[in-house]
Amino acid sequence: MTQDRRSLLKTVAAAAMTPALGAGLSALPGRARAQSNTIKIGVLNDQSGVYRETSGPTSVACVRQAVKEMAPPGTTVEVVVADHQNKPDVGATIARQWLDQDGVDVIVDVPNSSVALAVNTVVREKNKVYLNSGAATTELTGGQCTPNTIHWTYDTYMLARSTGGAMVKAGGDSWFFITADYTFGHSLERDTSNFVKQAGGKVLGSVRHPLQSTDFSSYLLQAQSSRAKVIGLANAGTDTINCVKQAAEFGVTRRGTKLAVLLMFIGDVHALGLKTAQGLVCTESFYWDLNDRTRSFLSRVKGAVGDNYPNMDHAGCYASVLHYLKAVKDMGVGAAKASGKDAVARMKAMPTDDDCFGAGKIREDGRKLCPVYLFEVKSPEESKAPWDYYKVLQTTPADEAFRPLGEGGCSLVRT
Amino acid sequence: MAVQASALVGAPVNDAPGLLGLSGFGFNRAQSITFLVMLLLVVAGPFFLYPVLLMKLLCFALFACAFNLLIGYVGLLSFGHAMFFGTGGYLAAHAAKVWGLTPELAILVGTAFGAALGAVAGWIAIRRQGIYFAMITLALAQMVYFFYLQAPFTGGEDGIQRVPRGALFGLIDLRADMALYWVVAVIFLAGFLFISRVVHSPFGQVLKAIRENEPRAISLGYRVDDYKLLAFTLSAALAALAGSAKAIVFGIATLTDVYWTMSGEVVLMTLLGGLGTVFGPVAGAAVIVLMQNQLAELGAWVTVIQGIIFVVCVLLFRAGIMGELGRLLKVRL
Amino acid sequence: MLEDLLFQLQIGLPQVALGLVNGAFYALLSLGLAVIFGMLNVINFAHGAQFMMGAFVAWMMLSWLGIGYWPALILAPLIVGAFGVLLEKTMISRLYKLDHLYGLLLTFGLALIIEGVFRNQFGSSGMPYAPPAALGGPPVDLGFMFMPVYRLWVVVAALVMSLVTWLVIEKTRLGAYLRAATENAALVQAFGVNVPRMITLTYGAGVALAAFAGVLAAPIYSVNPQMGSNLIIVVFAVVVIGGMGSILGSVLTGFGLGLVEGLTKVFYPEASSTVIFVIMAIVLLARPAGLFGRA
Repeated sequence: MTQDRRSLLKTVAAAAMTPALGAGLSALPGRARAQSNTIKIGVLNDQSGVYRETSGPTSVACVRQAVKEMAPPGTTVEVVVADHQNKPDVGATIARQWLDQDGVDVIVDVPNSSVALAVNTVVREKNKVYLNSGAATTELTGGQCTPNTIHWTYDTYMLARSTGGAMVKAGGDSWFFITADYTFGHSLERDTSNFVKQAGGKVLGSVRHPLQSTDFSSYLLQAQSSRAKVIGLANAGTDTINCVKQAAEFGVTRRGTKLAVLLMFIGDVHALGLKTAQGLVCTESFYWDLNDRTRSFLSRVKGAVGDNYPNMDHAGCYASVLHYLKAVKDMGVGAAKASGKDAVARMKAMPTDDDCFGAGKIREDGRKLCPVYLFEVKSPEESKAPWDYYKVLQTTPADEAFRPLGEGGCSLVRT
Repeated sequence: MAVQASALVGAPVNDAPGLLGLSGFGFNRAQSITFLVMLLLVVAGPFFLYPVLLMKLLCFALFACAFNLLIGYVGLLSFGHAMFFGTGGYLAAHAAKVWGLTPELAILVGTAFGAALGAVAGWIAIRRQGIYFAMITLALAQMVYFFYLQAPFTGGEDGIQRVPRGALFGLIDLRADMALYWVVAVIFLAGFLFISRVVHSPFGQVLKAIRENEPRAISLGYRVDDYKLLAFTLSAALAALAGSAKAIVFGIATLTDVYWTMSGEVVLMTLLGGLGTVFGPVAGAAVIVLMQNQLAELGAWVTVIQGIIFVVCVLLFRAGIMGELGRLLKVRL
Repeated sequence: MLEDLLFQLQIGLPQVALGLVNGAFYALLSLGLAVIFGMLNVINFAHGAQFMMGAFVAWMMLSWLGIGYWPALILAPLIVGAFGVLLEKTMISRLYKLDHLYGLLLTFGLALIIEGVFRNQFGSSGMPYAPPAALGGPPVDLGFMFMPVYRLWVVVAALVMSLVTWLVIEKTRLGAYLRAATENAALVQAFGVNVPRMITLTYGAGVALAAFAGVLAAPIYSVNPQMGSNLIIVVFAVVVIGGMGSILGSVLTGFGLGLVEGLTKVFYPEASSTVIFVIMAIVLLARPAGLFGRA
């Protein structure tokens, strides 16, 4: 009896504590405070789910490249990586532990709006630095803007403005939308419609489909019968890919209708294949074959990224970390580590310049400004090299591409 | 699922009465001791482990216990429990953020809506049993998922963000992690003891009778469907309670918590810990939550490892951690 | 009024035709589930993952070995079916004496593993797969709409496959053994029929049906690791609506719900994802055993 009870106690305690200890070691308060001359950069993105290609390991490679090029002398720069699994609570927990206990100074990338916003709150609370490149939500520089956050690469407003406005200029003046039925889709559709109308075009109609539909033929037929010149796809990921694939199957574009994809990365084009994707129109703020500087950037990271060429999200990870390290060099490691707010303020005060986006600047609401390109996907005959996929249709200059400072409702903007 | 209950049959089981008045919850001596150990871990935990992580663990442990109430004692496998967990989260977050309620009221709102949804979903689902029941709950949960995806108040894929933790009863500020931890710990322990009490009440005995032999329970004059529906609603309410608490802890409520993968996760936790055991769900939730936390730094293999755990548990380890442990020690845990 | 009706018809008819295409996939998948369930009493949660494997095996054959669509349509189901046989032999067969729910849990775990491995290997953005040259031509004019040739083929192929399955089960000696073993396995075994082997082959056949649907889907849908997991939940609802009593029932329900869903996409697209679940709830309230189920 007594024997039983004692061994029971032991076993129960052991069973309960073994996993706990494993996890606990990294979580013990006060352990692993980084040394004062070490900068620790945490790349938090999707390493296993739907955003693995558009962020994932290639983002990490790009961050490491920036570290290689710009690490301040006399300091060590460490890069740590975690998979947020597209779960906001997982992302927020990792961010908290990184900032509280592991001495991480900067969190980079963070695709997926819900995770991005959750991390945004945590970073502000801990007064560190948040360089978001992967998320599309304009909230990061709007209602939920913080003095610790820089939103580097793109957002829904900029996508809508470039694709909607520039398309009309290129002759596509009547639109029909196929929209994913949730906030992201709705706001893309709303913003794009506004720009289409502003530019003198008209919107003939729209249809909303549930997220993660497999069959889009019905919506495509409805779009086709509207006789619009442009079918705008206000959705993302596999929805977009299925849509484009089935549009090709039904020969939607054969009769001169253009398919404008509001959110697409070059990796999606790669996945679709040029035969299916040719003629698509989409917006990115970076393309590896834009100019000599972007080509030089590609040649430097090519060894590390394999057959997944960097898209704008990846380039944004590189450029934002590069600029952060510049600011650190400028203000000193101690000061940069002491206050994320100060580091971000310094970053905003300095003009940006890098091989991916060229010269630019960061606005007071945390929005990084850069020129934005409307691309058309090449046909298989036009494509001469691997990943030779885009040709530029229109360029929107940096100061027109993003939401005007006053319209976002960011509390950091003095009116 | 009569199987794991009979896993213990055959071995002589040491069923000495419980300690210190804990027998009121139906605990035998071994369970009383385990409970005290658990209590100790809950109290001492935040001094060794990261409190936010522990709060998450407790929320999931309560969620798994709620799920276990249904599978372990009524024999109904729900593959859609995320709908209640998520409903609790969304409603509590909305109540705290938009209506400005204090956290305890927000959690109550979440729980109440979860119970209401549970009553409706249960009313539909209990018409079938076994595999059909699992598929029906899965389908209903998917429907609820689409509802939250499209409903304006949930913020779609952004979720409800920056939910204030607020002040308990309007008095005690919960912004400090440790303050909130004690609240969550109390919620968890209260929920846990409530379930134990229910299971060992006459009501719980009828549930077990239904699980073992439904026709006989009917012939004894029990209105089986009413019992099942009540158990289903209770389980849903407790799952929603766990979800509400989690929303307050993290200050967010998002689609993750209503998606079918979350329903799968709670099944996994309970299976790993031991279906139908008192402490199994807690142990299972602890292992899975800590594992997810550790694997976050490894990256890509989380789902594969979870799948492997499923397969291994079903093939070799059906009694789960607590079931096997109990067998080893010849006690019921 | 009449004009209005004609207009509704004009947009309605194409949707009916398209609904049939989706219905073809529901029918094939629920058919596979029903075949497996009838014999093994296991709900094969890995059905969606095996559907995905079919599409991926076709893709691998094309891009690694240069084997085209037509051979893949035969070979991929055989390969994936063989994989199914392996799963049954090594794992699922151990569970027959236990509660049926363990089969569900096991196959759920298998689905997670398969999907995870494919995601690690191939990423999640999907693979291109072109329809075969013979069916890839421009859409044909059906009078009321232009329909890609390939979609017509999908409907035909699904119907033929369903018919073949029905014939095998209802009209052949093998089918007779199967039906008998479903009723009383011990007795059939006593007559000298190797029941365990029959069970194994049934599972393999059900899995092969899923893979067949996967190959059919590859040119239309994005070939990615999660292509099956969302579809399978809808198919579960289809199965609940139809009841798993009969082969014919699952085929009819599959096509029928495809039609209903197609029409919803025109008249109230916001509900097209939920309409099948709503129908499921209504059917459960009115007729818990399902439309074709035995109580």
